[in-house]
Amino acid sequence: MAATLLMKKMRSGAETARTMLGFHLWRRGLKTAMRQQEVLPDLPYDYNALEPVISAEIMRLHHQKHHQAYVTGFNKAMEQLNSTSDPQTIVALQSAINFNGGGHVNHAIFWQNLAPPKEGGGEPPEGNLASAIESEFGSLDKLIAKMSTTGAGVQGSGWVWLGLIKDMKRLTVETTANQDPLASKGLIPLLGIDVWEHAYYLQYKNVRPDYLKNVWKVVNWRDVAKRYDSA
Amino acid sequence: MMIMLHSVSRNLICTISASFLPRTCAVQQEVLPELPYDYNALEPVISAEIMLLHHQKHHQAYVTGFNKALEQLTTASDPRAIVALQSAINFNGGGHINHSIFWNNLAPPKEGGGEPPEGNLASAIESQFGSLDNLIAKLSASGAGVQGSGWVWLGLIKDSKLLKVETTANQDPLAAKGLVPLLGIDVWEHAYYLQYKNVRPDYLKNIWKVVNWSDVAKRYDSA
Repeated sequence: MAATLLMKKMRSGAETARTMLGFHLWRRGLKTAMRQQEVLPDLPYDYNALEPVISAEIMRLHHQKHHQAYVTGFNKAMEQLNSTSDPQTIVALQSAINFNGGGHVNHAIFWQNLAPPKEGGGEPPEGNLASAIESEFGSLDKLIAKMSTTGAGVQGSGWVWLGLIKDMKRLTVETTANQDPLASKGLIPLLGIDVWEHAYYLQYKNVRPDYLKNVWKVVNWRDVAKRYDSA
Repeated sequence: MMIMLHSVSRNLICTISASFLPRTCAVQQEVLPELPYDYNALEPVISAEIMLLHHQKHHQAYVTGFNKALEQLTTASDPRAIVALQSAINFNGGGHINHSIFWNNLAPPKEGGGEPPEGNLASAIESQFGSLDNLIAKLSASGAGVQGSGWVWLGLIKDSKLLKVETTANQDPLAAKGLVPLLGIDVWEHAYYLQYKNVRPDYLKNIWKVVNWSDVAKRYDSA
């Protein structure tokens, strides 16, 4: 208990101090509780930077409330995991870990997948990704149409993805439910579009297709291409 | 023969073929049921803006989608096509069923919204949950915990006439879990976001002020 309290106090401390504490606790044989806590990543742009495509109000809530809640929930679930050895409890925690961890992973990708027009948002991809899209979908417009249709068709909450089949280096459009990460379908996430209602409702109301029509103006294809090249 | 008759009348085809073709020929169209109260009647608990969108856009879309899927079903003969339509039928049909129950589960305070139940349901709640407050707390906690879109329900296990708190994902109807729906609370974000933003627990805290327990009791008694 004292160790946990001490850990909490040192959370904002230096990396060195944390490492030393971890070593100390390891030496004392305590179960590993010095997993780094996840933190909410900063948005790479201002909250109003994606306007008028996505409003500042949505960006603020989406980042500071929704994504933050996934981070908090994930850390809490992991803390509970680290303090138990009971199989039933461990299994019972997986739902919270998957949901919150997935939410954190997905949104961390999403913020990078977007950019204001003055920083490249909306500009078509180049290089290897551009060639791959051309050869596998025919054109960027065709890929966009497919992703928009697929995204509009998600029943309930979820994401529409451009993913990569790593072995064959082939692109594929796929969806995931709720906060399931794309990795759970064996694919590498390149571009994700959040189609949960919180991603667009304040601005687009029930008209998800309008959100999907507009979001392409702020998609950061350079980031998507980087993920493709480094996969 | 089927193609020739198609232009005559879908109902006629169904009547003729129903005896030797093993599939449903029901071509009735569902319609959006009217709200039992004005769009602003549930304020300040649920805003008029939400009620309007929820009823005229979301529920209407389920009705339209359901009718469209059923129409496609009547003209599908390939098993694969029939199976492929089930997702749209389940989602839109479920959405229609769920929302039809929901509008009646709610009422403005001046028409009984928020007033505690009486009679058999009240006794059952008392004996099975301890108190109405206990049940409400359980429903709210379950609703807040739904991951993604879905509903939280007070359902009935018909055989034993026992009450049960249960959740369903997306627009799955409670019947899919073998329970009779008595009270459903929509926890899709569209049900509260414009007013409560991300704070679903606040929506769940307030909604009890407009729950129409006499409608819930009616469903309990007639189950």
